[in-house]
Amino acid sequence: MNILEMNQIKKAFGDNQVLKGISLSVEKGEVVAIIGPSGSGKSTLLRCATFLETIDSGEIAYMGQKAAVTGQNGHAEYVSSAEMRKIRGYFGLVFQNFNLFPHYSVLKNVIDAPVSVQKRSRQESVEEARALLAKMGLSDKEESYPYQLSGGQQQRVSIVRALAMHPEILFFDEPTSALDPELTGEVLKVIRSLAEEHMTMVIVTHEMSFARAVADRVIFMDGGVIVEEGRPDDVMLNPQNERTASFLSRFTE
Amino acid sequence: MTFATMVSQLAQGLLVSIEIFLLTLVGSLPLGLLVAFGRMSKFRPLRLVVQVYISIMRGTPLVLQLMVVYFGPAMLFGWSIPRFSAVILGMILNYAAYFAEIYRGGIESMPVGQYEAAEVLGYTKSQTFLKIILPQVFKRILPSVTNEVITLVKDTSLAYVVSVMEMFTLAKKIASSQTTLMPFVIAGVFYYIFNLVVAVIMERMERRLSYYR
Repeated sequence: MNILEMNQIKKAFGDNQVLKGISLSVEKGEVVAIIGPSGSGKSTLLRCATFLETIDSGEIAYMGQKAAVTGQNGHAEYVSSAEMRKIRGYFGLVFQNFNLFPHYSVLKNVIDAPVSVQKRSRQESVEEARALLAKMGLSDKEESYPYQLSGGQQQRVSIVRALAMHPEILFFDEPTSALDPELTGEVLKVIRSLAEEHMTMVIVTHEMSFARAVADRVIFMDGGVIVEEGRPDDVMLNPQNERTASFLSRFTE
Repeated sequence: MTFATMVSQLAQGLLVSIEIFLLTLVGSLPLGLLVAFGRMSKFRPLRLVVQVYISIMRGTPLVLQLMVVYFGPAMLFGWSIPRFSAVILGMILNYAAYFAEIYRGGIESMPVGQYEAAEVLGYTKSQTFLKIILPQVFKRILPSVTNEVITLVKDTSLAYVVSVMEMFTLAKKIASSQTTLMPFVIAGVFYYIFNLVVAVIMERMERRLSYYR
């Protein structure tokens, strides 16, 4: 069973057809990197997958449970909000600009949703949060507030915040694009270690060498469609499509 | 009348001013939040009604509004409202409109990413508002609220228009009976001290919220 199944997703903003019928499925343990020029629709795809945007038509299912289906009339319909709440628990999302809660300490940022959304015990959540923070090299930061941290540290906290919810799959929306170049490494290292633990992940990124190193599958998007996908070395070293080749050549120059 | 008698009579009036001040805050701070919700409602008729209400409250003198609340029902229906209640009601209605606009500004200034992060983490709408949005809004709007609260201290004097015996009304009365301007000087000093205390309290609240940015 696939963790995520997206079928024929279409999404337009006004006259602008951003996604033109995209299908994407992700298996357990798989790491998928989505690359492509800006405006190609890759972030929109991620936002549709995480229900931050509603799709116009197509189907979305997590763990075999349908979240959105398209009926006879051709318009997508979402399941009840109670079911949506359950399905939301299957995924986590790491934002480009972290979106930590500035009025909460690092520890509170991590444990608040497990405690107040998932109703897990506070003590258990704290213990788990501390273990995760330690793993990310943030042990001494649990009492800090987000503004006191560097961008790289904030992004690692936001990864811990997502992991604390025990997601089946974790989405990353350009996780290093808001960081100074010298800080991207520490975040990529953390994502790489998650890949080694076979965390299922979908990563939208501009870091080509990282995508190649960490992904099981690379998807190249352009103009709202998947132009090419496959194993990283195949897509990135030996692209079959001209658009893929010209996009990748801009990174090797 | 001795200076000391004047001071003690005005101090009595100050207590009434403080009462008006506190009751207005207790009523208008929560009511303002409701009004802000109405102003941001997706239901257009409600939004329009609230918009008109805010526009009238901000567009006409408070002193006139107090007169309308007190004399209006009496003239139209022959109902007489106690003076003090009329002042409180008028002040609450007026200040709720101002607070509503401050709340709205604060709520609309919140980055959409905060809502999205909460949504993805599974917070319900009310959890998101109460735990994530409102505390941050409160910090953002505190300087504007302080401004309004300081204006409110001075606006309590407008109760003279329906002859509620607060400090300014008393000062006027003593001034005309004793033919001296001294009561106004004393009242001015009292208002200033009152606001000094308010400023110190508000500054403390701002400092207590400065643990994050």
